[in-house]
Amino acid sequence: MSIETELSALIGGLPDGMSEGVALGTGLVDGFDFYESAIGKVVVTFNPEGVSSLDIADKDFEDRFSQRFERPLMRAEAPGSWGKHISPAIEAGRPGKLPVDLRSVTAFQADVLGRTATIPKGEVRPYAWLANEVHRPNAVRAAGSAVAKNPIPLIIPCHRVVRADGHIGNYSLGGPENKVDLLEHEGTRPDWLEGLATKHVRFQGDSSTSVVCHPTCHAIRRSKSADVISFRSLGEAKDEGFRPCEVCRPCC
Amino acid sequence: MMDNIGYALATDLDGAFPTVVKQMGTRLYWGLRRISADHQEAEDLTQETFIRAYKALGAYDSRRIREMKLEPWLWTIALNLGRNHVRDRSRRPIWVELEDTGTDDPEIADGQAWDQRLGCLNQHQRTAVVLRHVIGMGIPDITAATGRPAGTVKADIHRGLAKLKQVMEDET
Repeated sequence: MSIETELSALIGGLPDGMSEGVALGTGLVDGFDFYESAIGKVVVTFNPEGVSSLDIADKDFEDRFSQRFERPLMRAEAPGSWGKHISPAIEAGRPGKLPVDLRSVTAFQADVLGRTATIPKGEVRPYAWLANEVHRPNAVRAAGSAVAKNPIPLIIPCHRVVRADGHIGNYSLGGPENKVDLLEHEGTRPDWLEGLATKHVRFQGDSSTSVVCHPTCHAIRRSKSADVISFRSLGEAKDEGFRPCEVCRPCC
Repeated sequence: MMDNIGYALATDLDGAFPTVVKQMGTRLYWGLRRISADHQEAEDLTQETFIRAYKALGAYDSRRIREMKLEPWLWTIALNLGRNHVRDRSRRPIWVELEDTGTDDPEIADGQAWDQRLGCLNQHQRTAVVLRHVIGMGIPDITAATGRPAGTVKADIHRGLAKLKQVMEDET
């Protein structure tokens, strides 16, 4: 046999996993893996852009994903460079160093979700606050629908956005009971929030500093209870000489 | 074979790309395997070549995709990546499926013996011989893939084959 003939026989088959690896690396397919959270087992999907979704790990999650994102899913390990940040991001309720893929929502919605991600653990904000933060104070409903479309709940903590009337509001990740559980897990008491709302308390100020905050802002929670004054509106607080907190930026 | 796929890529990149991987993956992997003598490296390079190619094609207009010669173009990417491989290794994200982390080495019989023989050639000769006789590419495509003139490629192949003959004679 000639050398040329022998050389031409030095080809085998396609190695296992090659097509799949390319599909994941190009983002034609998203990978998924399971994680633990305060509300049980969740499934996180990812592609080269970052984490694309988080959902309850039930038997239908693949169907829901392909319906919404129109891409297939494949069990995979998250990329080595940032996969390690997924669990801490779920626990902390903020993306931190984790890249997120928000291509599934509009630029406005991504902006709203970006602001949502800044609400600290243990605190909540009303929808109107989000609208104001993205400089569209009149777009409260649009801000609400952006939060409802959040593809990455828990990591983008939309459970920390509540209605101004004190109701917890809806929650996409398995229903409002999960939202209550999550807020309690983070030390925010939903019954306390509702109690404030029935008394029409929207803001609270510290009479020793004359600073007015959202009631869950850590600044006002550190105040002595004797100094805490409740307000129905920001205008009422300003009339009494209070200025808005620079950390929680109360508005409206 | 590749004319139709160029047209398909130009009209539906996402739909046609998996076909390119299927058609070209085996050739790229085994070519790189015979050039590098390393399963893991060949696998990484093949995967990365496709990922780079996909990104590049996304930015090309459809006419450019239709008119390009896909195989030499893919080889240009693969060979460039191979040259920078050691430098880039730490920077590239590694994508693995959970179930088959550490994929099985699909090595064929005699593969190792031939890697040893090919190891006696210099890098240019080894690349040219593999592309010509293992993959079966024509001289113009090898010229395009390696960026070396046709005369040089032919000389590399000629000298490479002569050396292989010598090595095999020494074995007996």
